[in-house]
Amino acid sequence: MATLNSNIPPGDLPEKWSTYKANMKLVNPANKRKYKVIVVGAGLAGGSTAATMAELGYRVDCFVFHDSPRRAHSIAAQGGINAAKNYQNDGDSVYRLFYDTVKGGDYRSRESNVHRLAEVSANIIDQCVAQGVPFAREYGGLLANRSFGGAQVSRTFYARGQTGQQLLLGAYSALSKMIGSGGVKLHANSEMLELVLVDGQAKGIIVRDLITGEVTKHAADCVVMATGGYGNVFNLSTYARNSNATAAWRAYKKGACFANPCYTQIHPTCIPVSGDYQSKLTLMSESLRNDGRIWVPKKAVDCEKDPNDIPEEDRDYYLERIYPSFGNLAPRDVASRAAKRMCDEGRGVGPTKLGVYLDFSDAINRLGADTVRTRYGNLFDIYKEITNESAYETPMRIFPAVHYTMGGLWVDYNLMSNVPGLFVLGEANFSDHGANRLGASALMQGLADGYFVAPYTVGNYLATQKPGSTPSTDDPAFKEATDKVNEMTQRLLNTRGKETVAHFHKRLGKIMWDHCGMARTKEGLEEALKLIPALREEFWANVNVPGSDKSLNQALEKAGRLADFLELGELMCRDALTREESCGGHFREEYQHPDGECLRDDENFAHVAAWEYQGEGTVPNRLTEDLNYETVKMSTRSYK
Amino acid sequence: MVADTSSTKNISLTLRVWRQAGPQAEGSFVNYKATDLNPNMSFLELLDVINDDLERRNEEPIAFAHDCREGICGTCSLVIDGKPHGPHDGIASCQTYVRSFKDGDVIVVEPYRAEPFPIQKDLITDRSSFDTIQQAGGFISVRTGSACDANANPIPKEHADLAMDAAACIGCGACVAACKNSSAMLFVGAKVSQFALLPQGQPERDSRVLNMVAKMDELGFGNCSNQYECSAACPKLISHDFIAKLNKEYIGATVRSAFKP
Amino acid sequence: MNLFRNLFTSSIGRKFLMAITGLVLVGFVTGHLVGNLQIFAHPDQINGYAHFVQGLGPALWGIRLFLLACVAIHIWAAVVLTIESRTAQGSVSYGVKKWLRASIASRYMRMSGFVVLAFILYHLAHFTLGFTGSETFKGTLDPVILQHDVREFGIPLATAGTEVHDVYSMVFLGFANPLVSLFYIVAVGLLSVHLWHGTESLFQTFGWRNGKWEIGLRRVVAVFCLLYFLGNLAIPGAILTGLVEPAAGTAAAAELIAQR
Ligand SMILES: Cc1cc2nc3c(=O)[nH]c(=O)nc-3n(C[C@H](O)[C@H](O)[C@H](O)COP(=O)(O)OP(=O)(O)OC[C@H]3O[C@@H](n4cnc5c(N)ncnc54)[C@H](O)[C@@H]3O)c2cc1C
Ligand code: HEM
Ligand code: HEM
Ligand code: SF4
Ligand code: F3S
Ligand code: FES
Repeated sequence: MATLNSNIPPGDLPEKWSTYKANMKLVNPANKRKYKVIVVGAGLAGGSTAATMAELGYRVDCFVFHDSPRRAHSIAAQGGINAAKNYQNDGDSVYRLFYDTVKGGDYRSRESNVHRLAEVSANIIDQCVAQGVPFAREYGGLLANRSFGGAQVSRTFYARGQTGQQLLLGAYSALSKMIGSGGVKLHANSEMLELVLVDGQAKGIIVRDLITGEVTKHAADCVVMATGGYGNVFNLSTYARNSNATAAWRAYKKGACFANPCYTQIHPTCIPVSGDYQSKLTLMSESLRNDGRIWVPKKAVDCEKDPNDIPEEDRDYYLERIYPSFGNLAPRDVASRAAKRMCDEGRGVGPTKLGVYLDFSDAINRLGADTVRTRYGNLFDIYKEITNESAYETPMRIFPAVHYTMGGLWVDYNLMSNVPGLFVLGEANFSDHGANRLGASALMQGLADGYFVAPYTVGNYLATQKPGSTPSTDDPAFKEATDKVNEMTQRLLNTRGKETVAHFHKRLGKIMWDHCGMARTKEGLEEALKLIPALREEFWANVNVPGSDKSLNQALEKAGRLADFLELGELMCRDALTREESCGGHFREEYQHPDGECLRDDENFAHVAAWEYQGEGTVPNRLTEDLNYETVKMSTRSYK
Repeated sequence: MVADTSSTKNISLTLRVWRQAGPQAEGSFVNYKATDLNPNMSFLELLDVINDDLERRNEEPIAFAHDCREGICGTCSLVIDGKPHGPHDGIASCQTYVRSFKDGDVIVVEPYRAEPFPIQKDLITDRSSFDTIQQAGGFISVRTGSACDANANPIPKEHADLAMDAAACIGCGACVAACKNSSAMLFVGAKVSQFALLPQGQPERDSRVLNMVAKMDELGFGNCSNQYECSAACPKLISHDFIAKLNKEYIGATVRSAFKP
Repeated sequence: MNLFRNLFTSSIGRKFLMAITGLVLVGFVTGHLVGNLQIFAHPDQINGYAHFVQGLGPALWGIRLFLLACVAIHIWAAVVLTIESRTAQGSVSYGVKKWLRASIASRYMRMSGFVVLAFILYHLAHFTLGFTGSETFKGTLDPVILQHDVREFGIPLATAGTEVHDVYSMVFLGFANPLVSLFYIVAVGLLSVHLWHGTESLFQTFGWRNGKWEIGLRRVVAVFCLLYFLGNLAIPGAILTGLVEPAAGTAAAAELIAQR
């Protein structure tokens, strides 16, 4: 059985990281060339690590399934990135950022990690500005900030609505430099399909070239995975279509523990589904809730009506009604669940009945259409582009959508999983966000991990490995892993059933959304735990993957990813079932305060649940890592 | 930016799609009829639907590049009826909706056609040449951890905003696809301008533009003849002013480097 | 040296050479037009002017060589860039291709350029070397004697009494042929089209154009090209239609009246 040793260094919280860094083992500069590091993923987390490790002198091989590192899903982040710079002189500090993040995570994250994150946050901004990231500025030429996600200080840096893009391009440019100078060898269109362990340590990966279909072996002294989140298990989400869990999942099956898989974040203001052809949900900025009022008709019969014909007295401004003091600004999880309840009551609007109105008519009357246009014009345009409706004339329809996964591979303070030599960064690890992530902190975490944490901790690990001891790819472990990849590919291609991959993905998504989505119940999860294995069986018996494995085959790519989702979905439900409390993004209907708020059970569940694979058909082990709050006092999150 | 037409009735379309099994294979157009389409479906979802059908018939689905489906990753790259990214301005293929077409339309869908973007399969081309250009100089050399405080160098808002305009490029390659000469000037111009406008970019300003242009030429992109098709097709409406800037930067750097002691 | 390598081998360098040489050529054709418009003045004016130019000796040859070099570089760059761009387009072309906003003039630069080249060759043969239309060539026609001092912008070009070539008559007689005139008109038309894109384009190539004054630049260039065309059209046009009669007493007047 795996042991979860968090390896939190001793010492006072604010000093832990600096003391620890000062005492790390170092690799002799002349020896750095002798170490090879595999980095899988080049989003914010992977790109920044690969570049930094190469700058330090290690040989880096970087793998992405995208055709270019610049396309990683980090590119889509809009809002901004937090940092405790206190440029606004509004009382921000490392401690405050740390505290907000811990509280926002509903006291389910590790204090030491979060504090380190807050400490390095300032360096991230310096680094990015130096790289030429064009953050928004004030007329005086200094950096501008906005407030975000309920924080009481303005600490969010942004580059128009394209912060993730600009940060990623910054990391990509640093990576490009190192690729150009030979420090990093880039393998684009290369999907990691297996992790290779030699003597119990992560020493390589097996990769399929998505263009030629060639399967190759790669050995290194350690493996860094920064492969992003797994929200696409729900089929519909705000994730890019190709985001997937495969790398993490295959590592899980090689012994890396998967922590808190059930923690998913659902964003309340997305454009609702318009039909069953839908492939993607688009996020609308949360800022819309500052001036828009959310409502549904009081009577289900009115749902078909033109909203403008529904008189004031027949509208239910349910957030204002239930949460009088926060009203439409209730936090993400609270607002999302309320919308779901309305739709469950049959009062959802729009063609699919899964939507609520976000109405600007009051704002337009109060402020005038022009002011509304200057504030939200571009968002109204996006809305119009997608729905063909004008939010100036008729209320927007919004609905919650899956947006982020707080769960991921378990890592210790060094960001190393329980498999020695396997480091996991960014959204792929179970991260610093506890049960709920605050806005603008995923970008911060990805870059903190990649620029300022992993380069130290990976070096610390490499110093324990003999220079030049990289295993050969002739090692039987590589062959074994390759065989496994080929076997799975053949199995997918040879099933030759009747249904498409997309068909199964939709069905899985529906099960997950219905039973492991915004609100979960024991019965629902137990039901899902029956449905998913059945669906998986059906998938393997009846999926059809045309084409061959010797060339570009998108159906095959999707099939492999879905096969993993079909297993991960089950684990998520199992995790949700065993976490008998509500916290952050995980809401169990049985555990709520009378007002509908999360009812945490700190007595029994103030821990990380990490699942250890036990082989096919066997229930995985549930291991726990206790969370000790030494600095912050746990309290109830309340938004009334 | 905003699509027009207001049809809410379902429609039928015929897609004439370029099919090509591999880089070396001969390609040709194949017609696919799609009926009863919800006009609010995106163009890529339309391809999904056609593919679903093909897969069910055990035929190979149409390979097309896509990822974010919200116009930011730069992966999607269709040439729809002769215009990269489809009929509307300032959006990517994935932001094109079926409602932009009329019932019964025949729509020609092809890959980018440019020598430096070889076709890999069907509608997918290899755009790694853009990465190669970037590697030649599209960066500011700053070792991690060596940066000074972010507010140490105030940057006039105007410059920062203009740099952001240039930086908005999503690297989709539509500029090359739209250009009669398959020139990459808009892409390179945007990157060079972004850094040239910022104080951080000054130390490597000359070497950057010289190296990136040399790489661009080496990779076989064509030559700009100032036709501005690129900026018309660009989903981020990157301005060809940045090409002017690139020209100036390049000649300036050439002259300066010739007269450096 | 890097400078020359970059200018002659890089895409932008060659574009720059093309623009520089283009600019010189624009200067030449504009000046040439101004000179040619003297045809509408007293015959002495253009004859004296031509005499002055011919009399520049080595300077004339310097200018000629310089212009020739410009044309050569301009054409060389045009050809090389065109070939490279063709290669860059790849072997398979689009099934459907739409023009988005490229101006008409910009689409036919190569064509208009080559017609201009053909014109220049013909024109040199015609008015400078006398290979065609030799019976009306200035060298064949009787020399004339200037009756007045000829000055331009206050600068004296030739003094009264000098014996000079009868360029005045050569032009009148040359353009009396409708075919020749028509070719001139078509050629200067295409040249104006070439300049329409070219003149605007060179601002972009030098990095002097931007969105803020794009519209203004476009208008100025369009007006310039239109004036250039009208100016050039005026000469063969006026002669061919008989709107302007050759001045009495010139060889052209004698010849043309004899023909009627
Ligand atoms: C619409 C949207 C808006 C957001 N807005 C914000 C925001 O405003 N602020 C904020 O802080 N956060 C935001 N987030 C969250 C944030 O963007 C992500 O959590 C973060 O960018 C993840 O970065 P990453 O580096 O961990 O992973 P990613 O950027 O997802 O990168 C994953 C990388 O791994 C590679 N990869 C994956 N699997 C494999 C494999 N098997 N083999 C090879 N390579 C593989 C991919 O090619 C890619 O390079 C947003 C998220 C979404 C969806
Ligand atoms: C209607 C229009 C034009 C007229 C009437 C005209 C007339 C003339 C005449 C009379 C000469 C000979 C001068 C001499 O040797 O005494 C001449 C020379 C020349 N013209 Fe033109 N021209 C016209 C248009 C053009 C155009 C459009 C071009 C260029 C594109 C051009 C290029 C030249 C050149 C290169 C020479 C030779 C100069 C030299 O001797 O080196 N001309 N032209
Ligand atoms: C003789 C044959 C000629 C050919 C084949 C030719 C061809 C071309 C071509 C292909 C271009 C490039 C268009 C572009 O980049 O957009 C160009 C540009 C230009 N040409 Fe010519 N041309 C010729 C003669 C001339 C003449 C006689 C003049 C001037 C009177 C001239 C002036 C220009 C100018 C100003 C440009 C713009 C340069 C730039 O793009 O910045 N050309 N020419
Ligand atoms: S400049 Fe525009 S068209 Fe060209 S790659 Fe960038 S975003 Fe695409
Ligand atoms: S379309 Fe081509 S010609 Fe130049 S201005 Fe754009 S690169
Ligand atoms: S799919 Fe990302 S830009 Fe179109």
